[in-house]
Amino acid sequence: MSRSTSMGRAGRLLARPEVGALVAAVAIFLFFLAVAPAFRSAGSLFTVLYQSSTIGIVAVGVGMLMIGGEFDLSAGVIVTSAGLVNSLFCWYFGVNLWIGALLSLLFCLAVGFLNGWLVMRTGIPSFLITLGTFFVLQGVNLGVTKLVTGSVSSTDIADIDGFSSLQAVFASSFGIGDVTVWTIVLFWFFFVALSAWILQRTRPGNWIYAVGGAAESARAVGVPVVRTKISLFVTVSFLGWFVGMHNLYRFNTLQAGNGVGNEFLYIIAAVVGGTLLTGGFGNAIGVAIGAFIFGMTSLGIVYAGWDPNWFRAFLGVMLLLAVLVNHYARKWGSR
Amino acid sequence: MNRLVVAGAAILLLAAGCSEGGREEPDANEGSAAKQSSGYTIAFVTHERPGDTFWDKVRAGAEQAAIDTGVDLKYSNDPDAGKQATLIQQAVDSKVQGIATTLVTPEALAGSVKAATGAGIPVVGLNAGIEQYKELGALMYFGSDETLAGESIGERLATAGAKHPICVIHQQGSVALEARCAGVKSKVAATENLQVNGADDAAVTTALQAKLAQDSSIDYIVTLGAPVALDAVQAKEQASSPAKLVTFDLNKEMAQAIKDGKVEFAIDQQPYAQGYMAVTSLYLYLKNGNDLGGGGPVLTGPSFVDSSNIDTILPFTEKNTR
Repeated sequence: MSRSTSMGRAGRLLARPEVGALVAAVAIFLFFLAVAPAFRSAGSLFTVLYQSSTIGIVAVGVGMLMIGGEFDLSAGVIVTSAGLVNSLFCWYFGVNLWIGALLSLLFCLAVGFLNGWLVMRTGIPSFLITLGTFFVLQGVNLGVTKLVTGSVSSTDIADIDGFSSLQAVFASSFGIGDVTVWTIVLFWFFFVALSAWILQRTRPGNWIYAVGGAAESARAVGVPVVRTKISLFVTVSFLGWFVGMHNLYRFNTLQAGNGVGNEFLYIIAAVVGGTLLTGGFGNAIGVAIGAFIFGMTSLGIVYAGWDPNWFRAFLGVMLLLAVLVNHYARKWGSR
Repeated sequence: MNRLVVAGAAILLLAAGCSEGGREEPDANEGSAAKQSSGYTIAFVTHERPGDTFWDKVRAGAEQAAIDTGVDLKYSNDPDAGKQATLIQQAVDSKVQGIATTLVTPEALAGSVKAATGAGIPVVGLNAGIEQYKELGALMYFGSDETLAGESIGERLATAGAKHPICVIHQQGSVALEARCAGVKSKVAATENLQVNGADDAAVTTALQAKLAQDSSIDYIVTLGAPVALDAVQAKEQASSPAKLVTFDLNKEMAQAIKDGKVEFAIDQQPYAQGYMAVTSLYLYLKNGNDLGGGGPVLTGPSFVDSSNIDTILPFTEKNTR
């Protein structure tokens, strides 16, 4: 968000972080409408929205954290950890899944708190602290799963009490005509709206921009830097837990090695959406558009029926273009 | 914080033991006592990417064989070819009596394997490298021929009248997975490959769903690993696709899906047997000079698992041995 006053109206509009991303999103959307006949249906749009939401929900937290000037590389694996804690605990002890879900929530919040606390306490860059957490969680996921189940995937929990109610909360869907709407998409919209409101309309929102832009001067004017940053790490973990619950209750079993690599997708969504890697700039709508661009690109290639070996290369070009459009829109706007 | 923990523990205690469907308590007298040591140390080096149910079975087989023969087993793994070569070199340096290794990247591993044979350490290949194990100097080989396995699936699909299968590759750039799909394609020419991100179930499902929506002429889905097949079941339901599903590899949930008729058949290369035989054959060679396979590779697959034999095999998958 820019607060400069010396711009024209068009310039002010273009300098908003989400506008460049929006231009890119519209361009990519029209492009796939043109080249991929299978893309032109409401069903396809909702599949894209679903794919975007599983990335987008955690990206909401990661975006806020990045505006606050920090990174979280453990955000991809904690999604898998969240599901595994729930699944393995309830299966091993034979208890209701709701207890495991609660325990998993406490676990994730504790990891987020630890990330934030270590960063603030030691002053070591969050990139390194959360890289450590990333490896620890990855190893613990594998080790504990193997110890508990004797294999590296969790067991099917569909017969344990509480499954159907949890599935209704985290992984339900309903049909409108022949379109399937997953409720996680609605949760995504809700989290985006909540994040946008916090960032634009509340005092903690101002604090987040302040600690990301200039932590020392923020501290000097009385912004609770430590509390704000730790809360951001906890928020990321909470949203990771949420998606973890969705994955567990949609797929019933989890492979312990999953989730690795997704931390970069969250960061990519935030950056494509106009969040600055250096902190202090960005907003929630932009991050949501970034996640949508990712979902649209990764599935658009499939809808177009192109040679899958080019997938990553094409994805890279699309993302670069999105970032470039974004970058120049902002530059042009702030002239 | 402390009060929270206490409250949480109290809730747990209250609710403990009040649910169905969890773990079955193991029998107290289960689990075999280790045999007397044979005095042999064998290194077992694979290119396992941590967290894959397939490799977990290979390792389980090797560990059971080590218990049964009294061998001291040193397991190590690294998906990076260079690091796997270093692991083999480490085994040579620590003067083990035998080395079992996957030969997935023969060029990268050749040096280390030569160092082993040069030091008089017998080497056995498994899982990958069926074409190259001999020239590298390995004595025996246990595994499946990926191309042959793909062809067997392709033949079966062709017989069933398949017109347009898709072959789902869940790890980009894997030679073994590409070989499987090429095998299928050699029998059903219209086979098309689809690349998905195997580390994310939601991504696999949506990509498949998109593919099924893009091309309604797809009549068979071939997945190359059991967890991916389970995602494909979901994708099929979402896309209301009539396509039939077949897969490589088994696990417990997969076996149940075959029993439930959600998956037509799975082709099994019996990873447990690969691990078990690699260790056992080295033991027999060291103790007795045996040479299994009579100069050729010993094939552990392809073995078909379908409605005709699933009742026999299902209990084994629950024990993580198939």
